[in-house]
Amino acid sequence: MVETEKKVDYWRWTESNWKNPEIPDWHGSLITAGVDIGSTSTQAVILADGVPYAYSNMRTGSNSPDSAIGAINWAMKDTGLTLEDLTYTIGTGYGRVNVPFSNKTVTEITCHARGANYIYGPTVRTILDMGGQDCKAIHCDEKGTVTSFMMNDKCAAGTGRGMEVIANLLAVRVEDIGDMSFQIDEEPAPVSSTCVIFAKSEATKLMRSGWTKEKVLAAYCHAMALRVVRLLERNGMELDFAITGGIAKNIGVTRRIESLMNIKALSPTMDTQIAGALGAALIGKELVEKKRAKENQ
Amino acid sequence: MIANYGYEDGSGHYYIRIDTSKCADCKDKGCISACPETLFATELDDFDDEVVLIREDARNTLQNSCSQCKASGEIELCTKACTADAIGFSW
Repeated sequence: MVETEKKVDYWRWTESNWKNPEIPDWHGSLITAGVDIGSTSTQAVILADGVPYAYSNMRTGSNSPDSAIGAINWAMKDTGLTLEDLTYTIGTGYGRVNVPFSNKTVTEITCHARGANYIYGPTVRTILDMGGQDCKAIHCDEKGTVTSFMMNDKCAAGTGRGMEVIANLLAVRVEDIGDMSFQIDEEPAPVSSTCVIFAKSEATKLMRSGWTKEKVLAAYCHAMALRVVRLLERNGMELDFAITGGIAKNIGVTRRIESLMNIKALSPTMDTQIAGALGAALIGKELVEKKRAKENQ
Repeated sequence: MIANYGYEDGSGHYYIRIDTSKCADCKDKGCISACPETLFATELDDFDDEVVLIREDARNTLQNSCSQCKASGEIELCTKACTADAIGFSW
């Protein structure tokens, strides 16, 4: 009988959902939702009178409408809400046109800026959104309105997918990469920062030559940081600076970005991955309030 | 808003910069018909202004798409046609 090895998916990051413990039973007048369908992850955020009430964060499946429904249902779990209770829903992200219950779509750049403004406060001017398959440098004003943006989705270098590739290659859980990358005596030179495939093949060579996993991860995180620093420099840096997206949780990359740019990023008060969906829900609330104000005139 | 469409790869950085606040007021939008590669299109932005953007399927091939204009050594046809002075190139 042939025995097969049990395969571990090291790239699988932890999905999560949250319900605001301070709002056990909500009876407000306005519930808005934002659903951000990204290439790798999908988030749904529900606001009750503008206050975060519940959210979910899960992997995007092969079917975007199913991902949207799955995310909103998971966010609504234990809240007693149904889709009919949502006053207004905005779809955003790469799959924004595939949110079957949305009232409007808004680009993820606009939503990320608005969400970052809420998470980090009105002083944030430069946002680095490190998504699943792209990276965006965004400038915004004190209201979270976008003033400029630059993105790069030509290669997965500097994105969540790039991290998943190295996690699988080195058999390290993707959530452990950041901490492990600092368990080194000296910062090594970065691997290739222009292409994930080149970086992966360099990492393989370094492992063969006797480097520890920690040292290879340091070289890889360093390269990913270099990649996005170039994007930030090209679009210009205005303080305060904040990072959103899944890689904002990877200190191996974020601390190296801070070190390369000699600046400190603002500390998040919420899950950085929900910024886009949160921004969408906030914009939804503003639109409903504007409409109601017009009707009452 | 300043929108930068394009990419950076091993050979360089290739971004077209569009100042959408300028092109929202532009009735003509001459860049659309001027570009032989039909890179430009319009859409309603998040504030319901009609602005110009680079087609999504063309954003990662700008180096090739713009090579004819660039090789001529003169001002790019889109830039020449843009009366609002809203278009710029990073290379």
